[in-house]
Amino acid sequence: MSGHSTYKPKTGFTRWLDSRLPIIRLGWDSFVDFPTPKNLNYWWTFGGILALCLGIQIATGVVLAMHYVPSGLAAPGGSLAFNSVEHIMRDVNHGWMIRYIHANGASMFFLAVYIHMFRGIYYGSFKPPREVLWILGCIIYLLMMATAFMGYVLPWGQMSYFGAVVITNLFGALPIVGKSITTWLWGGFAVDNPTLNRFFSLHYLLPFMIAGVVVLHIWALHVPGNNNPRGVEVKSKADTVPFHPYYTVKDGFAMVVFLILFASFVFYMPDALGHPDNYVPANPLVTPAHIVPEWYFLPFYAILRAVPDKLTGVLCMFGAVGVLFVLPWIDRSKTRSMRYRPTARLFFLIFIVDCLLLGLCGSHEPDDKIFANLAGFTFIDSNLNSYTWLSRILGLYYFGFYVILFFLSWTEKPLPVPESISEPVLKGPALPKGATAEAEKKG
Amino acid sequence: MLRKTTLIAAFVGLALGAALAPGALAATTQAPLKEVSWSFEGPFGKFDQAQLQRGYKVYHDVCSTCHSMNLLSYRNLADKGGPFYKEGVNPNESPYAKAIAKDFMVPDIDTDTGEAITRPATPSDHFKAPFANEYAAKAANGGSAPPDLSLMAKAREGGPSYIYSVLTGFTAPPAGLTVAPGKYYNPYFAGDLTSFWNGAANQVPPGGTISMPPPLKPNLVAFDDGTKATVSEEAWDVAAFLAWAAEPHQEERKQTGFAVLIYLFIFAGVLYASYRQIWSKIDH
Amino acid sequence: MANTVVESYPPTEHGADDPNRRDFIHIAAATAAVGGVAVFAWPLIDEMNPSADVLALASIEFDLSKVSLGQQVVVKWQGKPVFVRYRTPKEIAEAVKDDNAPMKDPATDASRHKPGKAQYLILVGVCTHLGCVPNFGLGDYGGWLCPCHGSVYDTAGRIRKGPAPLNLLMPNYAFTSDTKIKIG
Repeated sequence: MSGHSTYKPKTGFTRWLDSRLPIIRLGWDSFVDFPTPKNLNYWWTFGGILALCLGIQIATGVVLAMHYVPSGLAAPGGSLAFNSVEHIMRDVNHGWMIRYIHANGASMFFLAVYIHMFRGIYYGSFKPPREVLWILGCIIYLLMMATAFMGYVLPWGQMSYFGAVVITNLFGALPIVGKSITTWLWGGFAVDNPTLNRFFSLHYLLPFMIAGVVVLHIWALHVPGNNNPRGVEVKSKADTVPFHPYYTVKDGFAMVVFLILFASFVFYMPDALGHPDNYVPANPLVTPAHIVPEWYFLPFYAILRAVPDKLTGVLCMFGAVGVLFVLPWIDRSKTRSMRYRPTARLFFLIFIVDCLLLGLCGSHEPDDKIFANLAGFTFIDSNLNSYTWLSRILGLYYFGFYVILFFLSWTEKPLPVPESISEPVLKGPALPKGATAEAEKKG
Repeated sequence: MLRKTTLIAAFVGLALGAALAPGALAATTQAPLKEVSWSFEGPFGKFDQAQLQRGYKVYHDVCSTCHSMNLLSYRNLADKGGPFYKEGVNPNESPYAKAIAKDFMVPDIDTDTGEAITRPATPSDHFKAPFANEYAAKAANGGSAPPDLSLMAKAREGGPSYIYSVLTGFTAPPAGLTVAPGKYYNPYFAGDLTSFWNGAANQVPPGGTISMPPPLKPNLVAFDDGTKATVSEEAWDVAAFLAWAAEPHQEERKQTGFAVLIYLFIFAGVLYASYRQIWSKIDH
Repeated sequence: MANTVVESYPPTEHGADDPNRRDFIHIAAATAAVGGVAVFAWPLIDEMNPSADVLALASIEFDLSKVSLGQQVVVKWQGKPVFVRYRTPKEIAEAVKDDNAPMKDPATDASRHKPGKAQYLILVGVCTHLGCVPNFGLGDYGGWLCPCHGSVYDTAGRIRKGPAPLNLLMPNYAFTSDTKIKIG
C-alpha cells in the first residue's frame, strides 16, 4: 500500500521544506491521497471518532488540570481535591461544561472503542497482515482503562476512593509479592493522599502515551492498508478512493452524529453515567452501600465476582482482556469477514449479547434475584436465580467464544468470497444467484 | 439478513436488560419516591426565583441550625439564576448578599494582634457552618454528623424528589419494628431494617431509620411572599433551593446545550449533503 | 454492481452538477467545522481568566489609623502589594517642589492623593518597568528604588530615573470614613 508518493510541492517554500523535512508529504500520503477501499461502511468511521475523543479528552483535561488540586487533605466541605472539582463546577469560567465534557467524554471514548473493537473482530481486521495493528490497539485499550480508572479517582468522592481501594487490592491477590505491590501502589498503608498524587501524575502522563501508540497504530494501519467489509485485499486502484475528500467527509459526518449523542449527555444527562455517591466526599471509614465501577468496566467486574477464589477471579478478569492480544492466533480462518462465515457470525452475535449481559450482571449485587418472583434453588454455593450464576454462565461463554472461534477456523465452511472489492465474481462451487445477492446486501 | 439479526439481537439484549434491571440496589430498600413536579425539570426547565427565595429561607431558618453548606458563598445567592439575582448587579456588590452575609459572624485573624476574632461576613465568605468541625457536629447530634447539604441534590438517587420524600415522609413505625432511641423511621431513607423487624421475613418494611427528627412543621417559616407554609410547601421549596445549590449552572447548561444541538444538527445536515455530493460519482 | 468498473481515481474537481451549488455545500460544511472548533476553543481559553471566587476578592478595606507618621504599611490587594504611606510634611513639600521639574510621566503631587488627604499616599507597589516591588528610602529622590533595574521614584511615587516608563499606579480607592479606605 505504501507505494510511491503523489505529493508534488507547489511553492518554493514547500519544495525547500520537502527536501529537508518531508512532513507535508507524510501528511499528504497518510490523510489526503491515501488509497482507501471504497466499500468501507459506517462501522469504519469509529477510528476517526476515537481520534476525536482522544483530542477532546486531552484538550479538556489540560485545562482542568489548571484548576484541579491533587490533594486529599481535609477542607471544609470535603478535601482540597473534592473542593477544587466543585470550584471548577461553580466558579471557573465554563468550568462546569469542561468538566462534564471530560467526564462524559470518558464514557463516549469507551463506547466508541468497544464498537471499534467489535468491528475489528467481526470483519477479521486482526488477521494477517494486521496482527501488529491489532495488538497496538489492545495496548491502547489497556492504557485507556488505566487512564480512565485513575481519572475516576481524582474527584476524591466516595466512589473514587473505594474504586481505588478495590482496584489496587486486586494486585494483593498475587501470591508472595501481592502485599508489597499494593503498599507500593498506595505509598502508604491504605489509599491516601500519596495515592491520589501519583494517580494524578499518571493520569496526565498516560494520554500522551496513548497518543504515541495511536501514531504507531496508524502507521501499522497504513502499511497493509485498511481491511474492508468484504475482507478481501485491494487488488487495483479501481478498488480504492483517496482518503480525502471521500473519507474525510464520511468520517466527519459520523463524528458530528456522534457529537450529537455526546452533547446530549453533556448538556442534558451529565450525571446519568456517573454515580450519586461520587458527590459525597471520600470517607475512608464508611463504604457506600452499593459499590460499582463505571459502566465500561462492568463486564470485567462481573467476571471477577463470578469466581469464588480471589486469585482465580483476578486472573480471569485480566485474562478476559489478555485473550484479546492473542486473538490473531486463535481465529485462524482464512476468510476474514464474518459476512461469509454464518456460523462464526452467529456465535459473534451471541458474544455481543453476552458482553452486554455481563455488564448488567456487574451492575447488580451478586445475590440479587434475576427474576424477582422466582424462588429458585441453591446450586453448589448460590441460588441459580441470582446474578452470581448468570455471571458464571456468561463468563464461561465469554471465554468459550474464543475456543469456539479456534475450532471453527478448522471446521467451518465459509461462503464464497468475492474476488475483489469492485467485482463480486464467484469463486468455488456455484451457489444459487440469490445467495450471492443476499451476501452483498449484508453489512 | 445481517441487519435483521443485529436488530433482533439488540432487541433481545435491551428487553432482557429491561426485564432484569428492577432488581438493582436490593441490599438496602426504600419506598418509591414521591412524584413531585419541578420547574427546572426537562430540557427547558428554569428555577423559579420566588421558590428559591422561600427555599433559602427554609434552609436559613430550619436546616442551617445543624447542616452546613460549605461549598456555597453568600455571593452565590446573587449569582445569575440564583435566589437573589438581579440583572446588572455584580453578585459581590449585591445588597441582598451583603445584607444576608453581615448577620453571620465568621472567624478571622486580627492582622494587628494575630488574635482569633470574629467579624461580620461579606459576600465572598463561605456559608458559615453551624459546627466548628465534624467532631463537634457529631457530639451535638447524638453521634451522627448532619451531612453537608451543598451537593445533597446530586448525591442521592432522585435528587430533589428524594429530599422532598424524606422531609415529608416521616411516619410512625409499623408495629413490629424496633426503632432505637434517637432514631426515626422513614420509608424513603435507604436502609435495611431486617434485623429490627419482628414480623414476617418477607414483609420487612421499606426504608430505614434516620437520626434526624422530622424537621418541618406547618408555619415553621414565615414566607415573605405570603405563601402558606405547609410542611409540603416548605419541603418542596427547600428541595428546589438545594437543587439550585447543587448545580447553580443548570439553567445555563440546558440553554447552552440547546444552541449546541441546533448547531450540530445543522452541521450534520450540511455534511451529509456534502458527503452525498462527493460520493455521488463512486460506485460502491 | 459489476458492470460499472471505475477506471481510475474518480474526479475530485468540478463534476457535471451545477458547480456553484456543489461548491456551496462543501464551503458551508468547512465553514461550520471551522466555526465549531473556534467556538469550542473559547471556553477552553476563557477558563484561564479569573474565576468568580477570585473576582469576589477584588476589593479590601483598610484602616489608616494603623499607619503612623512616616511609616509605610504594605497590604495585599488582588495578589499585589499596595503601599499605604503616611507622609511627613517634609516629604510632601519635596514632592510639591518638584511638580514642574522635567519628568517622564509628568504629574502634580495633588493628583497623586485624594483632596485634603495629602499625607496618605496609596500606591500599587509594583514597578512599572517589569513588576518588581520597589524599596522605600533608597534612590536619589527620597522615595523608592526598584532593586531589579534601578528605577527611582520620588516621594509622590513619580518615576524620576531609570527604565520604568510610568509613575507608580494608584489603585481605585475611596475614603469610606475619615480613617478608612476601600481599595478596589
